Amino acid sequence: MTRIEVTVDGSKVTDDVEPRMLLVQYLRETLGKTGTVVGCDTSNCGACTVHLDGRSVKSCNVLAVQASGHEVTTIEGLAATGGHADGQLHPVQEAFRECHGLQCGFCTPGMIMQAVDLLNENPSPTEEDVRLGMEGNLCRCTGYHNIVKSVLHAAGGAR
Amino acid sequence: MTATQERPDTAAAKEIGRDRRRKEDQRLITGRSRWTDNITLPGMLHLAMVRSPFAHATITGIDVTEAQAAPNVVAVLTGKDLGESQGACINAWAITTDQVTPAHVPMPSDRVAFAGETVAVVVARSAAAARDAAELVDVEYDELPAALDLKEAAAADAEHGVLAHPDLGTNRSALWTFDSAEAGTGGDADQAIARARAEGIVIEREYRQQRLIPAFMEPRSTVVDPTGEQITMWSATQIPHILRFALAASTGVPESKIRVIAPDVGGGFGGKLQQTPEEMITFAVARRLGKPVKYTETRSESLMTAHHGRDQWQRLTLAAEKDGTVTGLKVELIADLGAYVSLIGGGVPVLGAFMYNAIYKFPAYHFSCQTVLTNKTWTDAYRGAGRPEATYAIERLMDELAAEVGVDPFVVREKNWITKEEFPFTTVAGLEYDTGDYESATREAKDRFGYDELRAEQRRRREAGDRVQLGIGVSTFTEMCGLAPSRVLGSLNYGAGGWEHASVRMLATGTVEVTTGASAHGQGHETAFSQIVADRLGVAFEDVEILHGDTSIASKGLDTYGSRSLVVGGEALVRAADKVIEKAKPIAAHLLEASVDDIEFSAGRFGVRGTDQGLAMAEIAMAAFAAHNLPDGIEPSLDSDATYDPVNFNYPHGTHLCAMEVDTETGGVLMRKYTCVDDVGTVINPMIVEGQVHGGLAQGIAQALWEEAVYDDSGTLVSGSFVDYLLPTSADTISFDVSHRSTASTTNTLGTKGVGEAGTIASTPAVVNAVVDAIRHLGIDDIQMPCTPERVWRAIHDVAGGGGTDTEGAAAPHFDASTGMQGTVDRTDGADR
Repeated sequence: MTRIEVTVDGSKVTDDVEPRMLLVQYLRETLGKTGTVVGCDTSNCGACTVHLDGRSVKSCNVLAVQASGHEVTTIEGLAATGGHADGQLHPVQEAFRECHGLQCGFCTPGMIMQAVDLLNENPSPTEEDVRLGMEGNLCRCTGYHNIVKSVLHAAGGAR
Repeated sequence: MTATQERPDTAAAKEIGRDRRRKEDQRLITGRSRWTDNITLPGMLHLAMVRSPFAHATITGIDVTEAQAAPNVVAVLTGKDLGESQGACINAWAITTDQVTPAHVPMPSDRVAFAGETVAVVVARSAAAARDAAELVDVEYDELPAALDLKEAAAADAEHGVLAHPDLGTNRSALWTFDSAEAGTGGDADQAIARARAEGIVIEREYRQQRLIPAFMEPRSTVVDPTGEQITMWSATQIPHILRFALAASTGVPESKIRVIAPDVGGGFGGKLQQTPEEMITFAVARRLGKPVKYTETRSESLMTAHHGRDQWQRLTLAAEKDGTVTGLKVELIADLGAYVSLIGGGVPVLGAFMYNAIYKFPAYHFSCQTVLTNKTWTDAYRGAGRPEATYAIERLMDELAAEVGVDPFVVREKNWITKEEFPFTTVAGLEYDTGDYESATREAKDRFGYDELRAEQRRRREAGDRVQLGIGVSTFTEMCGLAPSRVLGSLNYGAGGWEHASVRMLATGTVEVTTGASAHGQGHETAFSQIVADRLGVAFEDVEILHGDTSIASKGLDTYGSRSLVVGGEALVRAADKVIEKAKPIAAHLLEASVDDIEFSAGRFGVRGTDQGLAMAEIAMAAFAAHNLPDGIEPSLDSDATYDPVNFNYPHGTHLCAMEVDTETGGVLMRKYTCVDDVGTVINPMIVEGQVHGGLAQGIAQALWEEAVYDDSGTLVSGSFVDYLLPTSADTISFDVSHRSTASTTNTLGTKGVGEAGTIASTPAVVNAVVDAIRHLGIDDIQMPCTPERVWRAIHDVAGGGGTDTEGAAAPHFDASTGMQGTVDRTDGADR
């Protein structure tokens, strides 16, 4: 067991974890942050995407011990980042609802976390920028049409 | 988006037709979701499956000693240990009375019939401990020859070739036929073909429907809690009600002692329309140990063992007059069932049998389908289930016919399709299409697409000999959905009905609780059904709560598949709501001191005709609840339910157009534009309808271009992860031009038609027709799906003088041309032409 100290969605937590434990398992099984989900076992699908110090990572591809000393934001803590008032959604969450960017919703936490990172990097993306920037996240329901629309909407208007 | 609404009489409609944002989304975008794998119960144990690495083998020994002794392991159980308590996986549709159906024990103890089949289960205190210990189970196998190639398996018998189940003496499960001459719905297809050989046109083709994997995003997961009076199962399933029936029927546990819950379910596409071995094993282990247990599959397990879809060879003969008027169609299929006959099993190609004539007035039709057992993962429904195969075949053939006649693909379609004035129309397959307007959908699609301009560009680029050629693909589709009239299912020997149930509970405070037997897994039922009820009862959208996916809450139902939820479940909802209104009328009349005959209901208010007196629905609900002042003999409740059995299928249609660019040097294909105009009847929520079409398109396009489940020659699935099984990404797809028309269906009160499968059914032939159209002038008339750069390149270079130049450098072939297609278990590649 290894002692880790992580800030998850704004709260400091300390735990003893197995060195092999993945960050996504730590979030789901130890902390009960079940908003972050596991969709594959080859880091292709991106459903488990969270932010590590503000940048998107696939949390199945990070060991819990690697997150020690860092700040993790999940879909459950996203709305609280960036000074959004209590109970308010993050603009990207709002955009996904507004543009019907989700159907079954399983890929959605990862999609939203990836989209936030993309927009942090490039606040005014083209459709092509969005399509390339979201390539690491798989969705089976939407055909990506409305996901792309959602990200562009969040960026400040369809183009 | 444009929509032409010819809505039936829903005068009070203010919710129907609105782009309501979804009720489901708040929880899903904030991570407050309820996936089965999220569930943790006190004392819960975790399962890991030990799976066969061999496609076909005898199990000669299982040593569990080491696994049993591993840390945190509670039990290791084999098929022998669980015995009859595991029940069986049921085939609900024996398509013929003499169908050969191998027994399907969830965890066999003697022999495995496909790679990935479970042979032992480890129960531990954590999922990780169970997974670790599963590696320690030592299984000894005697490998047997495996039946893998579909055509070889179909040809094998007890003396020659390899049998998937040697004890059955055959790989042939059933031969299902339909003949329009015998059925009295048309002429003799063979005669039509003979005539056409003499004096017309005969198009003969063989197409491969490759094996696909539904690949829903949420891996399957099941939790079983046996500690209550009822055994509760949570499962990532499309079919909680059917699953409860199957659990009871196959284990002997009384149905009343089982509760099945499908909480948030992350996609299905037919892939979760199954009674799975994993569910049966989890159920059996929980009962045996008396503890809650959970099993969640890995993605690799999901791709390997959750049922696959399609996998057919289609031999097609189309007879026509020289002007392109079709005189007959003959379809001969062989369909790969995999190792077992699944829940729907051979019913999938049978569902397709009624759609090969599509939107056309073919005078003669013959269909036969041989279902075949092999040592591969079992197959079952995948979005469209039979109808994409049929639509692909006929829409490819119509393009081939147009090429033979030397006319635009629309010319032969228009010559043969059912015109608007001819509805209702009884087809050569015996179905009665209620409505349709193929002319308008086509006109609109061509306009939006810029059909004539793109054809002109195609000509220019062809004449200029451009390296990148442009192709235009047409697909004018219809489908039968809204499964299904129970009598029809009975006549086809299906084991259940096709009705749907709904109940409406009027709460005292004026809000409404609605249950539906449909079981949503991403479609947005909670939103669309709220819109229907809000309009029907004249209550606020926000005041309607839709409950589903729990056999204790929505006690009756037949679940969600076959684009049935709205057209069947929605009609049940309308009828239940109308009963509420009828029950409320005498109470309103009593309270208003008027005659029932004078009570009018409109926009949520019961008024007295000719006066301004009236009471709101909520007031009647409260009066019924208090029951202080009700008319004699009236029960103190407005609650109502309805079970609706459809009298007909439902026939959405549309015109899909696709422009593809094909690089004649590399074989690379690129989608440039996709336009579709679908007639889906009355639209409840246009935003949701468009979303359904987008997703359907992507799945159909993926069959045309990317996806294929590939086995090696020992029966191992080599496309067993998302590295190898190519789901499209956002970078592979484009934004689609989607719009709809609304010719109201006459099969249900609201005039709705199904939409869940439309995009998938229509798009695959549109894409392949476009690819072929781009290079037809090089002498190519087919590319086998998926149209990978390799296959396109080969096709160009295989034709005499094709492709122009020999390719050197980076575009030169990187594969050995002598070995045929890489990696596929098909020994017969492409059409036998």
